[in-house]
Amino acid sequence: MAAVPLSYYLVLSGILFFCGVLGFLIKRNIITIFMSIELMLNGVNLSFVAFAAQWHSLNGQVFVFFVMVVAAAEAAVGLAIIIAVYRTRETLNVDQVNLLKL
Amino acid sequence: MFHLILFLFFGAICVAGAVNLLMQSHPINSALSLVVVMGSLAVEYLLLGAEFVAAVQVIVYAGAIMVMFLITIMLLNAGKEERSHGSRVAMLLGVPGVVIGGALIAWTILARSTTDSVSIGALQGDPRGIAKLLFHAFLLPFEVTSVLILIAIMGAVVLVSRPEAVVRSADSSPVRQPEPMIKDRELVAAGKDH
Repeated sequence: MAAVPLSYYLVLSGILFFCGVLGFLIKRNIITIFMSIELMLNGVNLSFVAFAAQWHSLNGQVFVFFVMVVAAAEAAVGLAIIIAVYRTRETLNVDQVNLLKL
Repeated sequence: MFHLILFLFFGAICVAGAVNLLMQSHPINSALSLVVVMGSLAVEYLLLGAEFVAAVQVIVYAGAIMVMFLITIMLLNAGKEERSHGSRVAMLLGVPGVVIGGALIAWTILARSTTDSVSIGALQGDPRGIAKLLFHAFLLPFEVTSVLILIAIMGAVVLVSRPEAVVRSADSSPVRQPEPMIKDRELVAAGKDH
């Protein structure tokens, strides 16, 4: 049976992770920065599933579920924080959110 | 061969979506390209035999979480992001740094890659096997994550609730303004008459 080397999956996961890092660095909109974090989590999930398939163990896939739960909780709290920031500052640009207190 | 073609095709879609997320300046376009990334990642999970993870990826990630992002973008009326001095510095330092880091990691993985390969159907990630693990070996982390979700819900509600709205509705009801004004007007009218 034809197969794909494990390293290809890992390289794809690394590319996704570094795209997320790059978005985190260069984006100025706080929502897009948040989406970059989700992209990084997805890249890590792919490497979990690839290793699970290589070692014939379902533990990696169970870890993916835990990562998803953390991502969902983080998205809920993070978006609530974004809404609270927007109410007080009326901006989504992270360069203008540079004081801890108004 | 077929497996490799499928992997390369959906991997290319995935990377294209991720790069598009970085290129777009409007957050709604970024969100939609993130949906593309998640959908093609679900296909990659299917290629690895993780059926249940692929289904959950589509339902939870591409469904629930992305809808939450889209609703936030809509609610806050997020427009084009404006460039500033900080973004230019981040672009100048970040892009080469990230490219170097990514190339280093890819080179390390490829240089040490063994002949290990993953084929379709090597591991069946069916719900039964996952449930066995989740409810036996990982029972305590499973319960802890339920507490985490509960705390996250309460935190989100507390963060977006407005304390000043409650105060405004509380102090508006007992005060009766119109009556003294009417009395004043009557007094003025009485003064005019005399």
